[in-house]
Amino acid sequence: MSDNPFSLWVYLSQSPLLWLTVTLLTYAATDAVSLATRRHPLANPVLHAMWIIGAFLLLTKTSYTTYFAGAQFVHFLLGPATVALAVPLYENRKRVAAAILPMLVALAVGSVTAIVSVVLLAQAFGLPRSLILAMAPKSVTAGVAMGISESLHADPSLTAVAVILTGIMGAVMVTPLMNLTGITDYRARGFAVGIAAHGIGTARAFQVDEVAGVFAGIAMSLNALVTSLLVPLAVTFLVH
Amino acid sequence: MIASLSLILVCQLIGEVAVRALGVPVPGPVVGLMLLLLLLLARDRFPGLARGPLGDGGVEGASRGLLANLSLLFVPAGVGVVQKLDLLAEHGVAILAILVVSVIVTLLATVATFVAASSLLSRDDDAS
Repeated sequence: MSDNPFSLWVYLSQSPLLWLTVTLLTYAATDAVSLATRRHPLANPVLHAMWIIGAFLLLTKTSYTTYFAGAQFVHFLLGPATVALAVPLYENRKRVAAAILPMLVALAVGSVTAIVSVVLLAQAFGLPRSLILAMAPKSVTAGVAMGISESLHADPSLTAVAVILTGIMGAVMVTPLMNLTGITDYRARGFAVGIAAHGIGTARAFQVDEVAGVFAGIAMSLNALVTSLLVPLAVTFLVH
Repeated sequence: MIASLSLILVCQLIGEVAVRALGVPVPGPVVGLMLLLLLLLARDRFPGLARGPLGDGGVEGASRGLLANLSLLFVPAGVGVVQKLDLLAEHGVAILAILVVSVIVTLLATVATFVAASSLLSRDDDAS
């Protein structure tokens, strides 16, 4: 063993075990900090786990592909977690049914705003076309957004980055921004963060209030449907 | 626990298969969500369904466990930023500025529409 201190590292750094452990341990630590600060928006556990693990990969010169071979077990659970949203939806069905009309109107306005604002701003900043296409579906959950981006012949891994950054921004900004507006309807607040910031926003909403979480989950699911239809349209009309 | 997780996976599996078979632009897990919701609603109508994962809060418990750790599931995709550092160095400031403004505008537009629509509708209810 002592004849080559690197052989253990070489073995471990290529095995899924190490990177799965690093992902869970880092998140456990950042989540504990988030709890200790009573879920302060800036102590967002995803944000801090992301840069800590990213820095670790850069320092150890580990490729993202190697890392993902371990972390994919966590990533995979995004799908089942989406299905699981059926349970809070079912338990709050009366409240949801009562708000169906405001939800549909807010869905239409929010979904269009999310796409059009990012495309127009990106054009105003003079970003290259490939980048604009990759950013257009940034408000829907990663799996869906990457699918949309692929169908537009944009770069799905770039879309994933835009999606995650959007989600974190939404999760960090929603509470202070909504407090500023003085709106205390947690259905509306949750719905807005689900539209703007998909699952990361929904995770934040569940931390703040269960009703907000339910409405965020519905908003995120509905937005995934609407955005897959709207982005190709918006791109045809807005991007030249 | 295993039965409840299996039920969730089966819903997702049927969703994925249905989406691909029909060629509709809907994500598979969203169809799975609707399927599980229909099952839960059907259980109210037909008490005979309340067994296995659908009885005794089984699937409810498993779902709550998954959703309680929803943030964790985004970490692997988020770390993907390390692959795009050159792009962020070139356009990073513009990208961040665009995303921040777009998120704020979207949050405000959605919340304002929701609140306005719900107060308009409840006023109609009061009048009628």
